Amino acid sequence: MTEGDHTWRKLLQPLYGVVGLLLIWQIVSATRLVDPFLLPSVSSTAKAIWVGFTEGPLLFDLSRTVERTMLAFAFASVIAVPVGIALGAAPAVYEKLEFVIDFFRSTPASAVFPLFLVLFGAGNVTKIAVAAFGAGLVILFNAAYGVINARKTRVLAAKVMGVPQFRILTDIMLWEALPQIIVGMRNGVSIALIIVIVAEMFIGSVDGLGYRIFSAQMLFDMPTMYGAIFITGALGYVLNLVFVMFDKYFVHWSGK
Amino acid sequence: MLAGNTAQARQTETSLPDATVPYVRVAGLKKRFGGRDVYASLDLDIGRGEVVSVFGPNGCGKSTLIGIMAGIISGDGGSVSYGGERVQSVRIGYVFQNYRDALFPWMRAIDNIRYPLEFAGVPAPDRDRRVDEIVALFDVGFDLKLYPHQLSGGQQQLVSIMRALVVKPEVLFLDEPFSALDYEMTLFVRDQLQKVLHLSSMSTVLVSHDLEEAIYLADRVVLLSKRPSSVAEIVPVPLSWPREPEIFADERFVRIKAHCFETFRREVRR
Repeated sequence: MTEGDHTWRKLLQPLYGVVGLLLIWQIVSATRLVDPFLLPSVSSTAKAIWVGFTEGPLLFDLSRTVERTMLAFAFASVIAVPVGIALGAAPAVYEKLEFVIDFFRSTPASAVFPLFLVLFGAGNVTKIAVAAFGAGLVILFNAAYGVINARKTRVLAAKVMGVPQFRILTDIMLWEALPQIIVGMRNGVSIALIIVIVAEMFIGSVDGLGYRIFSAQMLFDMPTMYGAIFITGALGYVLNLVFVMFDKYFVHWSGK
Repeated sequence: MLAGNTAQARQTETSLPDATVPYVRVAGLKKRFGGRDVYASLDLDIGRGEVVSVFGPNGCGKSTLIGIMAGIISGDGGSVSYGGERVQSVRIGYVFQNYRDALFPWMRAIDNIRYPLEFAGVPAPDRDRRVDEIVALFDVGFDLKLYPHQLSGGQQQLVSIMRALVVKPEVLFLDEPFSALDYEMTLFVRDQLQKVLHLSSMSTVLVSHDLEEAIYLADRVVLLSKRPSSVAEIVPVPLSWPREPEIFADERFVRIKAHCFETFRREVRR
């Protein structure tokens, strides 16, 4: 067996699970173990996804959900990363705010929906704002901790070189915190997606994957519902993958 | 520019350590830790161009001593001066025990070495030349374009040492620089270091937990007592430079070692 065979086998490993799942699904729906109305066949779901994408609203829904998630994530990052770094660099201030940050970070973002509805109305802004709020706290928390946990030795090494305080922050602490900041952003984008999907389901929406899943269920259009769930899952997976790749290339030293 | 020129001039001097004119003066140093005195009053003079190693019982505050001297740990009394000036106005090189925590892992080895030059007041056009100089001096056989985590432990510590030396420091501090290395690497890095210690009028303070190494690399060995520490004895090492590893078997070396060991035992038992 050659080296190449090994790599191929490795790459093919995850397919076993996928094929297995599809097989069980097909068997269950073909043998009518579950009511075929509740669990349509693999092919009809695949068809619903295809048709939904080419002729129906799925592509547009996907683009709306991506747009909301990305906007929320961008707002959260732009605010939370610098604030988190600043707080981490001023531990005396952070200690005073830690409880408040930790409290809101632990509060399910869905619990503040009504508050944001009052503040921003039942439009797009509310969905993005709640998602940004939830993602922002996680990003802030991680950025602050990344700076706080910067290796003291590296900071001392820079001090001995005569590096001024501000440059220690930008040249050393920021880089020290970067792996942790990326972890925060990765969690943040997942949280933003969860909140956007839930918001699309329940807060006066006319589009988005959350809305599509919910309305397909109301219309008993089960293939479309499964299709939209699948697309949502794929979106979450891809967003995570992007950060894993980002992590690998830009924080290559982390954990070594 | 002026600083660069004088440093250059210094390097061409044949420097014989001159311990009679103290350059580094530690006077009445006091440090408390956890309610106990690490030092009650510690005095130490080091000459320009001299290499001094510090050896003593566990917990006697060897590393703390150079930390305070370099200005990264605050003392609780006494003074440290360099030719009458404060540490802030002196170029310092510092090599930490743990190279893993001291190098900047996001920079290539070469950029780690270059980094301190900006803060030592070396103008941008001269920095590459300074890096080339130090690299040529060490004659390293590995690729400095690699990141620290791609290098072996000994190579990383060599990078640390080059980073400390690139600014042409007036004082070099080495905090147990070999303790995280295996034996083979220790020999390699130690000999690389030995070659450069007397090239300029740089004063060096080496903290070591290995008596042989402390003697091998030093002009004088400072033996510290148990806590509260003071200087128990300063043992001169009148052996010529450069030193070869054969010196470990030299009669004079063995005699110095026996003497240091005797003092050390007495201080531990006290």
